[in-house]
Amino acid sequence: MKNKGLKKVDIIFDCASCEPLEVIKKALSMKPDEIIDQIISSGLKGRGGAGFPTGLKWKLAKEEDNDIKYVICNADEGEPGTFKDREILDVVPSKVLVGMAICAYAIGAKEGFIYLRNEYNFLLKDLLPLIEKFNQNIQNLGLDFTIKMFSGSGAYICGEESALFESMEGKRGEPRNKPPYPTKAGYNGKPTIINNVETLVYCSMIIRIGVEPFKKLGTTDSRGSKVFSVSGDTAKAGIYELELGIGVDEFVKEFGNGDTKAVQVGGASGHCVPRKDFKNKIIGFEGIPTGGSMMVFNSSRSMYNVLKDYLEFFEEESCGQCTPCRVGTQQLLKGIKAVKHGEKPSSYLNQLLKLAETMKITSKCGLGQSVHNSFSSIVKNFREEIIY
Amino acid sequence: MSTINLIIDNKKVSVEKGQTILDAAKKVNVRIPTLCHHEDLCVAGNCRICVVEVEGHNTLSASCATPADEGMVIKTNTPKVRNARKDVVALLVSEHNTQCTTCYRSMNCELQELSAEYNIDNNRYLSVLKPDIEIDRSSWSIEKDDSKCVRCQRCVRTCAELQHVNALTVSGKGKDMKISTFMDLPLNEAVCTNCGQCVIHCPTGALTERRYYDKVWEAIGNDKKHVVMNTAPSVRVALGEMLGYPVGTRVTGKMVTAMKRLGVDSVLDTDFSADLTIIEEGHELLQRLKKVIVDKDESVKLPMITSCSPGWVKFIEHIFPDHLGHLSTCKSPQQMFGALTKTYYAEKKGIDPKDIVSVAIMPCAAKKFEARRPEMKDSGYRDIDAGLTTRELGHMIKQAGLDFTDLEDGTYDSIMGESTGAGVIFGATGGVMEAALRTAYEIVTGRDVPFDNLNVLPVRGMEGIREATIKIENCLPEWSFLEGVELKVAIANGLINARKIMDEVAAGKSPYHFIEVMACPGGCIGGGGQPIPTNEEIRKKRIEAIYAEDMDKTIRKSHENPEIIKIYKEFLKEPLGHISHKLLHTTYKKRNRY
Amino acid sequence: MTINLCFQIVVVNSITINKYICERINNKNFIMVQSENLIRNLVEKHGNSRNSLLPILQGIVADENYLSESSMVEVAKALDISSAEVYGTASFYSFLYTKPMGKNIIRVCKTISCKMAGKQELVTAIEKLLKIKMGETTRNMQFSLIETNCLGWCHKGPVMLINDEIYTEVSPEKAVKILCEIDPQHLTNS
Repeated sequence: MKNKGLKKVDIIFDCASCEPLEVIKKALSMKPDEIIDQIISSGLKGRGGAGFPTGLKWKLAKEEDNDIKYVICNADEGEPGTFKDREILDVVPSKVLVGMAICAYAIGAKEGFIYLRNEYNFLLKDLLPLIEKFNQNIQNLGLDFTIKMFSGSGAYICGEESALFESMEGKRGEPRNKPPYPTKAGYNGKPTIINNVETLVYCSMIIRIGVEPFKKLGTTDSRGSKVFSVSGDTAKAGIYELELGIGVDEFVKEFGNGDTKAVQVGGASGHCVPRKDFKNKIIGFEGIPTGGSMMVFNSSRSMYNVLKDYLEFFEEESCGQCTPCRVGTQQLLKGIKAVKHGEKPSSYLNQLLKLAETMKITSKCGLGQSVHNSFSSIVKNFREEIIY
Repeated sequence: MSTINLIIDNKKVSVEKGQTILDAAKKVNVRIPTLCHHEDLCVAGNCRICVVEVEGHNTLSASCATPADEGMVIKTNTPKVRNARKDVVALLVSEHNTQCTTCYRSMNCELQELSAEYNIDNNRYLSVLKPDIEIDRSSWSIEKDDSKCVRCQRCVRTCAELQHVNALTVSGKGKDMKISTFMDLPLNEAVCTNCGQCVIHCPTGALTERRYYDKVWEAIGNDKKHVVMNTAPSVRVALGEMLGYPVGTRVTGKMVTAMKRLGVDSVLDTDFSADLTIIEEGHELLQRLKKVIVDKDESVKLPMITSCSPGWVKFIEHIFPDHLGHLSTCKSPQQMFGALTKTYYAEKKGIDPKDIVSVAIMPCAAKKFEARRPEMKDSGYRDIDAGLTTRELGHMIKQAGLDFTDLEDGTYDSIMGESTGAGVIFGATGGVMEAALRTAYEIVTGRDVPFDNLNVLPVRGMEGIREATIKIENCLPEWSFLEGVELKVAIANGLINARKIMDEVAAGKSPYHFIEVMACPGGCIGGGGQPIPTNEEIRKKRIEAIYAEDMDKTIRKSHENPEIIKIYKEFLKEPLGHISHKLLHTTYKKRNRY
Repeated sequence: MTINLCFQIVVVNSITINKYICERINNKNFIMVQSENLIRNLVEKHGNSRNSLLPILQGIVADENYLSESSMVEVAKALDISSAEVYGTASFYSFLYTKPMGKNIIRVCKTISCKMAGKQELVTAIEKLLKIKMGETTRNMQFSLIETNCLGWCHKGPVMLINDEIYTEVSPEKAVKILCEIDPQHLTNS
């Protein structure tokens, strides 16, 4: 694990490299297998937070023998503290469309959707005409692929891939049992690629500028750069594309205000890094992964309030179908309140930590499995603030 | 067919591709506890009780929902698994009303069993049971208590997959997630058929039948009241399951004795009125056939469909309200029995009908609603005062402190206590059809149905929809218009199959003359009032018992029942006659579809 | 004559009452017919398969602010699914309301970054101006105030969404200005 210095990068938002149709033409001149090999070689991993190797995902979908396949762009950005997909869709939406089209060509899909959270409806005004034009243009280039919009209706869990499919199929957004995985049976039970907005932009850029500019950034396990959304006790709140593999201390040096007590990496589903660990944690898939959310807390903030906020979020947004998540989130929240108010002894926190562990290994989907991340990192590192 | 080889708890096992870890475990007799899983339903994988360790995986896997993979190494009972299961059970208990002492499902509750097995009480975590949950007692048939719901969604899946009624749904999310009806309306306002399949698939006391045995105890204890109980055919092949007998044991004799020992004044047999239903319905069918074939009367509808299943009747009233003309106008055996109890029986026994309390013991939840239908008082009084389920009778027998296995066999009282094999087979899917054919064929041809031992095998079985064709030849002169007719019949069990049959009827494409529909899978033996649990194996055994009961009867055709012959001679005069129409036939009501 | 007059008054009043009832029923029928037309158009646009359910429900909410019992029944009819299935699906999503909502739905972000930026002061100001509490709707059905989870503007909190319009860095004063602009008639009077 090599600590990288903070390095700002400009692959995503550089509009000069827009020329969507040129990139499509380039892709169409390649064979689908070549495209997939390039994505694999780049080492790109999903930028939504889960970090699955993108090239491998595309390869699996291509290998499925089915006439009907789908490409879905997951724009249901809902992780607290994440706002980078909104920015991408606002500033460089055509790169997203290009990424989808390249994927469709590579795997053999004819239909694509952008699942956009309802809270971002204001983007539709510009997106809809852009998509209409894009659809026409790529048909003219000989690529049989059409993109449509699909609006979410206010449910964080629909950012989970199988819950997203359920939602698109007109049902409650309850995550499915896996296997089968989306590449085998996703939307409408067909092979589906579902990628995050940012991932698709990187795919289009890798085809545009080649593998090397991307590959030389980051670390072995966290190749490339990533867009971060920074908020909280910082004078530099906003969107930044940075090289992956940076140390948390480097991050705090740049974005903290001199009094940073903790950094929440990855939102409510992420890890809370306390001051004492800034030096020995890096931001990346081998260290602390994130979908982009970076929240900075200074010493005036109560970590009890932070944890309470996250647990209230999960308790509300849980789909409710599986026991560990539905009841576990309620128990964790009620539990820390009871400890705070003296209704339960502080040793009860140990029982709650074990419960969070159980939730991690028994929950049906990533939501329930991730509660443990913030719960244990905050309780273990800020125990006094939880109790007193 | 490819085979998957895996190892479970150090035992090697092979399964077909597509089967789950749970299937594999069953094959080697490794018991993995489950809760949301049910053999009748599709996989849910949401309770997380059945989690197991799979080597190489970080998280535990739900064995009911994880396909077996080649080379998997699985451990089902490590400390990691046991601790996880303990936590999951404890979480369920923490959102549960744990007052087991007053719960109807106590001693037969899957959560209670799991809590006992894993030694969990409600002190492990804080209670997150929502306060002030009101029990929904709006329906005559089903009671819903959300404080006992473990949110396994078995009821929703049952109402969706088995019955395709979709009266129940999951609403809200997160901590507000619950099982509801449309707009969370009380059950009596939902498009619900009262079939009670949700009740017998519920693992806890969240969904139960409305219970009326306290009122029956009161009536029994009241000297002024004359309590008459009649028992459906399906009760006698299932009651034993609650009282120490293996599935499929026929306990008819002991059941009758037990009921007499409860203090019931007269223990009679609904199979009697089942025989009666055959006479009335058989003649109704023949009359319709005549009107359609000879008179070309377009107002008469074919196919004619049976009407003894009240869950099915409410279903067609809601979903196909424009096709009620296909239903036989005959009441169900229960309701025929009730009407006759307070007229014929009362007259013969010299008892004032206002002092008679008629109680029906049924395998059915919908019969409770049927008994309360406003039109069901042709006797001048409420024809059936209370419908009890097989389960309620079982409870009453336990409450009376009877040692059921030690009772001697008793016989039904008279009048209205004699029945034939044709009456008893009503309990199995296809039974009404077979009974009707045994009588109708003989009426038309003067001969027995052309099947060995009167066993019309083509209509038997458990498939959802079955069909048969019977050629009518050498008719008696009166029925010559049926000469050469190939009578096409169909049998459907489970409302999802009823819907398929009715879609054909509604489209005018049904090729059948006569259809039997039972709301419940397996027919009445799988009814919403039968002992819990249920599965295909159990239903199969109960059906076998029904046909065994039929074979043991000396008389096997409804029209040969001497009490039936007597009631027509002395009271009803003739099938479809004036008195029959008043007491034994009914009308139906159009209801909202959505 | 007095009796005659009284009788006439009673008769006239009966006629008036009957006319009023007829108008109410006609209005209700009119509203129902409007709903039916809306749903018919939405089904034409999105199709009548189960996959069309969410777009159809969104279309109804966009027009009528919420999903009434009758509109959900109409959707059930159109898609040939049970009304319980429509309700069960709708109730999952926080933007598909099954209770009447105001014409302008104010959603204030309650996630931690916005809390740290002063969300509570914003809420208090709105509650004071509209004379309602969080979760309620004004009597004239112009505004509903609800809390929502992260809206995706964490660097510019506190944030509120009014229908589809986003407002960032909303101070209490700014909020008052925005709401008065939306509904000048009712708010400036109060």
